[in-house]
Amino acid sequence: MLLEELSNAFGPSGCEDQVRRILARAVRSQVDELHSDALGNLIALKRGRGREPRLRVMVDAHMDEVGLMITRIEKNGLLGFRVVGGIDPRLLMAKRVVIGGERVPGVILAPPIHLTKAAQRAQVVGVSELAIDIGATSDAQARECVHLGDYATFATRFEVLTEGGLRVAKGKAFDDRAGCAVAAALVDEEYDIDLALSFSTQEEVGLRGAQVAAFALRPDIAFALEGTICDDMPKKADVSPTTRLGQGPAITLMDRSFIADHRLVRLLQETATQQGIPYQIKQPGIGGTDAGAIHQSRSGVPAVALAVPCRYIHTPVSLLSMVDLDNLVRLMKAVLHSLPEGWTG
Amino acid sequence: MALARAGRPLDSACNRAYNRVRLACISQCERRKGLPVELVPLLRKLSEATGVSGYEHPIRDLVAEEFGRYATSIRSDTLGNLIALVPGSGPEPRPSIMLAGHMDEIGLIVSHIEEGFLHVPGMHSYDERVLPGQEVIVHGWRELHGVIGARPPHVLAPGESEKPYPTDKLLVDTGLPPDEVSQLVRVGDLITMNAPLVELKGGLVAGKALDDRAAVAAVAVCLEELSRSQHEWDVYAVATVQEEEGCKGALTSAFGLAPDIGIAIDVTWAHQPGAPDEYTYPLGEGPTISCGPNFHPGLVKALRDTADSLEMDVHLEPAARPGGTDAWAIQIAREGIPAGLLSIPQRNMHTPVEVCSVKDIERVGRLLAAFIRALDGKSLDKLTFDLGLDETE
Repeated sequence: MLLEELSNAFGPSGCEDQVRRILARAVRSQVDELHSDALGNLIALKRGRGREPRLRVMVDAHMDEVGLMITRIEKNGLLGFRVVGGIDPRLLMAKRVVIGGERVPGVILAPPIHLTKAAQRAQVVGVSELAIDIGATSDAQARECVHLGDYATFATRFEVLTEGGLRVAKGKAFDDRAGCAVAAALVDEEYDIDLALSFSTQEEVGLRGAQVAAFALRPDIAFALEGTICDDMPKKADVSPTTRLGQGPAITLMDRSFIADHRLVRLLQETATQQGIPYQIKQPGIGGTDAGAIHQSRSGVPAVALAVPCRYIHTPVSLLSMVDLDNLVRLMKAVLHSLPEGWTG
Repeated sequence: MALARAGRPLDSACNRAYNRVRLACISQCERRKGLPVELVPLLRKLSEATGVSGYEHPIRDLVAEEFGRYATSIRSDTLGNLIALVPGSGPEPRPSIMLAGHMDEIGLIVSHIEEGFLHVPGMHSYDERVLPGQEVIVHGWRELHGVIGARPPHVLAPGESEKPYPTDKLLVDTGLPPDEVSQLVRVGDLITMNAPLVELKGGLVAGKALDDRAAVAAVAVCLEELSRSQHEWDVYAVATVQEEEGCKGALTSAFGLAPDIGIAIDVTWAHQPGAPDEYTYPLGEGPTISCGPNFHPGLVKALRDTADSLEMDVHLEPAARPGGTDAWAIQIAREGIPAGLLSIPQRNMHTPVEVCSVKDIERVGRLLAAFIRALDGKSLDKLTFDLGLDETE
């Protein structure tokens, strides 16, 4: 399964090589052009059947995930690190990671509870006080397999938790390998429009890949596909769940990075209704996506973001419903088939 | 290593079928000689097995299989301790030595279920700070894999990530809808960490429950060594239960076996950031031998002498007061039993990434075997306290 392969792949921002290779292999036979650009974005072009000039539709999904970077190799062989992208430091103690090109296994240290005073347990250990243990006993030994600047990811493996119903899976990096899996699934059909897929880099550190990809592609309209926040576990306070698992793909009206083009939002809602595909509206105002960079490219691009709801994104392990994911594929295909007629500009 | 000697006992009403002495007699197992213990695969098997305090039946079956290779009889007692006898060759009645490594592990328990999510109360065995974002196995009607979910940073209130995760927000998510969860999971079901063993560099392994399955593996190494030579004393290899909840298994098995010497094998804290040097020992540089009121001075000396004779690096671990390991219970069983403690240094104790050195585990096994081989008819004489009386007076 492509989602499994993508989730297990190693690819923090700026180190997306393994993800890029998996995606290139997945779409190669179905697209007309395939290349990567200066930032490492993987661009796949699939020409439409319609008459020229054809509508140029950009579909973006980012390949990078949040992770760690090794910034310190101590004399005792332990590794200091910083986070790449947004990770709550409270989730780091006692986790398994893999580091660098050799995928060296390591664990993030956590002092034994027996020697930890109650007052200490009430304190959050900051990232700068944490260290990764790879089993090296000196800096020289550590340097044999790990180097300053090496990236690390959580060692989480993909697994389907429930075969029936919502078909829930767990894994890391569903933000945004879920979007990548959806985008890659779009190329097995023919459309009238020109489809430009951008598997973008460096979303988690400032939407940087999508910015240059949008500039180069000059799309008429754009869709950003995401694995988004799903905060639907029970809570005492009356707080929005942002999205709910299993309630269908989530359409973004507005987040911290952009306001979605209302015509595209309506097109999505109408298409979903016609096709009988469930969808939900993501609670406005939370998070940001590549659409934030794409919509202000050149003289502006009408853009919208769509997502698979994923519980616990930006943590070592997240959950998604593969039914939601399949429904996003269905919705995107239906919308692409409705173009160019569906887009009146 | 137990956090508190007197812990809250798990609900014994739930101790179902296992408590029947099903291992009453795998007796007369064929004693296989000269098969070296492959430690990493053994540690993987033991570490990944389930066996929370009071519910040790899955791990007990594995230990029975392992110890059974070397024992003439294997049984489990009323509390569920697994007891393997490796008889010595000395004249009867033979003295006996008990080796105790605990097979129970710390775990979580479902306190209530809300919309299909499982609440786990703050357990005194874990530093709750290590829990959010962990993968778990829920031992319900069937095994369910799940995660202790953590909310993404995007939705946290300002300053929220500067306070530890509130324990009432530690929710286990199995991905199942509420109606299925209510059919499969009940309040009181146990949860363990889903933590496959990882091999690190330098001969280290990281996994859950290496406190104290590392010791169980060390005892297996000892039995294997003993199978290749003669020894006089009877050896009871005991995988104890409920150590983490107050050393209950050691208490009853030491009473039942009434050994002449009891040695507990446990883990101790290894050097690591955040843990004071005074209480920690180097990892991979040999086991510790404990001294202090809990330990018979003659036995401490004999263990240290044995290490010297093997030219094995060991560290003396002073413990100013009794407690924390099975040696606490063994020492005060019946009329008192000379007790000793060997410990394997470990990082991140009581987390899903407990780190031990395979070499240290193997060293403990060899040290125990050498100590046992040297036991003879006069050994007990060395464990008497000198009254300081002059014989000529």
